Amino acid sequence: MNRFPLWKYVLIGVTLVVAFLFTLPNFYGEVPAVQVSPVRSSEQVDTALLGRVESTLKAAGLASSGIELAGNSIKARFANPDAQITAKDALQAGLGDGYTVALNLVPASPAWLSSIGALPMYLGLDLRGGVHFLLEVDMKAALDKAAIRYQNDFRTELRADKIRYGRITREGNVVTVHFNTRDQRDAAINKLGTVFTELNLTPEDQAEGFSLAARLKPEAETKVQEFALQQNITTLRNRVNELGVAEPVIQQQGASRIVVQLPGVQDTAKAKDILGRTATLEIRMVDEQADPILVSQGQAPFGDEIVPSREGGNIAVKKDVVLTGDSITDASPGFDSTSGQAAVHLNLDGKGARIFQAVTRENVGKRMAILLIEKGRAEAITSPVIRDEIGGGRVQITGMETAQEASDVALLLRAGALAAPMQIVEERTVGPSMGAENISKGFHSNIWGFAAVALFMVIYYRIFGLFSAIALAINGFFLIALLSMMQATLTLPGMAAIALTLGMAIDANVLINERIREELRNGSTPQAAIHAGYDRAWGTILDSNLTTLIAGVALFWLGSGPVRGFAVVLCLGILTSMFSAVTVSRAMVNLTYGRQARLSKVSI
Amino acid sequence: MLEFFPFKKTIPFMSWGKVTTAISLLTFLFSIWALWDKGLNLGVDFTGGTVIEVRYSQAANLPAVRSTLEQTGLPEISVQNFGTSHDVLIRLPNKGQANAAETSNRVMAALKAADSTVELKRVDFVGPQVGKELYDSGALALLVVAFGIMAYLAIRFEWRFAVAGMLANMHDIVIILGVFAFFQWEFTLTVLAGVLAVLGYSVNESVVVFDRIRENIRKMRGATIPHIVDDAITRTMSRTIITHGSTQIMVLAMLFFGGEALHNFALALTIGIMFGIYSSVLVASPLLLMLGIKREHFIKPIEKKEEAVV
Repeated sequence: MNRFPLWKYVLIGVTLVVAFLFTLPNFYGEVPAVQVSPVRSSEQVDTALLGRVESTLKAAGLASSGIELAGNSIKARFANPDAQITAKDALQAGLGDGYTVALNLVPASPAWLSSIGALPMYLGLDLRGGVHFLLEVDMKAALDKAAIRYQNDFRTELRADKIRYGRITREGNVVTVHFNTRDQRDAAINKLGTVFTELNLTPEDQAEGFSLAARLKPEAETKVQEFALQQNITTLRNRVNELGVAEPVIQQQGASRIVVQLPGVQDTAKAKDILGRTATLEIRMVDEQADPILVSQGQAPFGDEIVPSREGGNIAVKKDVVLTGDSITDASPGFDSTSGQAAVHLNLDGKGARIFQAVTRENVGKRMAILLIEKGRAEAITSPVIRDEIGGGRVQITGMETAQEASDVALLLRAGALAAPMQIVEERTVGPSMGAENISKGFHSNIWGFAAVALFMVIYYRIFGLFSAIALAINGFFLIALLSMMQATLTLPGMAAIALTLGMAIDANVLINERIREELRNGSTPQAAIHAGYDRAWGTILDSNLTTLIAGVALFWLGSGPVRGFAVVLCLGILTSMFSAVTVSRAMVNLTYGRQARLSKVSI
Repeated sequence: MLEFFPFKKTIPFMSWGKVTTAISLLTFLFSIWALWDKGLNLGVDFTGGTVIEVRYSQAANLPAVRSTLEQTGLPEISVQNFGTSHDVLIRLPNKGQANAAETSNRVMAALKAADSTVELKRVDFVGPQVGKELYDSGALALLVVAFGIMAYLAIRFEWRFAVAGMLANMHDIVIILGVFAFFQWEFTLTVLAGVLAVLGYSVNESVVVFDRIRENIRKMRGATIPHIVDDAITRTMSRTIITHGSTQIMVLAMLFFGGEALHNFALALTIGIMFGIYSSVLVASPLLLMLGIKREHFIKPIEKKEEAVV
């Protein structure tokens, strides 16, 4: 009665082999590597780039222990961290600004393991060190910004149709256009209603005249918010690329939040600085008619705004926005070819280039200001005089004091503007030494805990205890293999969960062993006792594991960060333990005792 | 055969009902008092704020660190040793600063200026909004787990079992929280995960006993219900102690080797496991009797089946 059909043994054997293979990569450790990826994610990584990396390394006299093309990046392995750092500098110099060159650690497992998809577990930030940010996008600001755009668009459309209008005001995300006559307003409703179908237009009759209030329809509002979030994610991705992080994670979380994880980043202050920058860029015209005395006193003429200038003093700029940072496709630091001053070269997209050309044509000899708006404060980075009509969307800005400043401005411009400001609402930073410390702590907890439990089981239940201990070890293998296969993120709470599930998994074996003892005490034959023990304990094991599984699933569902990592391991551990504790241990018992027809004694 | 609990006779657990109920009630009231009077020492996860852990190459001079930080002008800074004399934990509340995320940068810059050997180990910054959300979702998780398990027990057994099991386990949870409040140990997200795991785990224990009770009700036709319950507890006693012992061994390993990060988590589990044994045996079962479980609750369906066959 205690025999398994052959297929069961084969099945157990196969799962053991697979589990072993997938656990294996975790024991090889990691080797230093340099990762090269293009700054713009639209660019493809191909063998040509691979060739360039190889030749650059050869030219620098550096021997890589393996260069591979993986996904959208090229990874070159090195024997030691010194070679890695030299190689990084050599590659950055050789490949130029178009590529991000980052230090990374890659699994040292042999290629045949990687080729069957066996990769080591993905370590969370608390185990490898790094930064985790949660950023909240200011959605109100995104809507306000959209309203400001409509303010400008209304002017253009109404002017184009020669519809006379009074003031155009904005309060929050509602734009109000004022008219003298009802007819003008009706004409405007007709015009604006057909052009801007995403707006709700509400006519209002007031004592001083007629007005028209425009606000986004709810579905258009959602769209604006979704767009703002996506735009910010793209911008963050570009900014992170500038930082040179090997495997960044940038993901949407909920309706208005973005998670940014930067493994291995050590200079957290700089990372925070670059990510947390809420800068947006705007190009506006300088009001040349403004009275310089009033401007220096901070009094803005009608339709103007006073902003401080980096070139000193205040300047008055028009409230109308010519271009926003959205139109800038590229920006690079350089030098002015004639004066040798530090400069930033800008490229504009098609629409931006057309607007820019028209504005510069109409305003030759006047000044335009490039505003950097950070934390609600605008500052003019530079306000150059327009010398000539600028076509083709290629713009050069001078006025930076140093090459470093030019490169900072370029980075800011290139990284793109944010659609709406963001704020860091959560930060978790783990220093690199702390990560390694956490791994060793988690590992030791598991090893010592397991050794103690295994020892106890063997002393208490002898041969059956040995089976239980082996089954427990196998459970550990299954769990690690499963985590590696799923590439689930292992965190310190996850390691605690491994220890906890190992402690709880032994429960199943204790239940079985106690049942067998009880059956023996009641006078059953050993074979019958084993059979009944496994049989009767199964229902209890299932019940008791399911309650823990309920807790695990709820934790995963409602938890965040560390709690989730804990929950994933807990749930998986419960599932693997049911298999290992019941089926695998049974197989060992059956192999040992099952064949003996007249078994008189079992060691339990 | 090595046996810790070679009980031949059934132990009359149920006759101790008054004593155990009194003990439970006392610890429970004590916990409620601790929670009410002292409150949980909620970590930065729930309150919002900044926690910075740094390490010095020699033993840290706390007064010097304190005065360095006071010069930054940040309000209500608390500085204390963490684990070893080299490690320092710095806490700052979220206090109406425009950009709280910058706080850790300012602190690190000040510390680096005073002593360049200082090494950043960890920063946790949680904004006020996020802290509140984590608190809410934590409380929700607790409720979902409790009701999920109750529903499961009600389907698998009977509603009386579900209520008894759940009450016994809520009693454990309140006691864990009470002890954390009494000693003012820091209650973090990880501790909450531990508490919820205890909830799932300790129901285990009740399930095992309940399973036996159900089996006994069907088998021991002549016995009274208290006797059946006593027998179920006695038969599962050995398993209870060994299982909890093994889990406790693992948790102790975490307590000794897991470092500060897992310290409170392991503490929560330790209390949970201790009271888990006690409550599932000596709280859940008397409650079951109090709720009036009867043989008919389990025998009926079987009789019906037999009729159908006939």
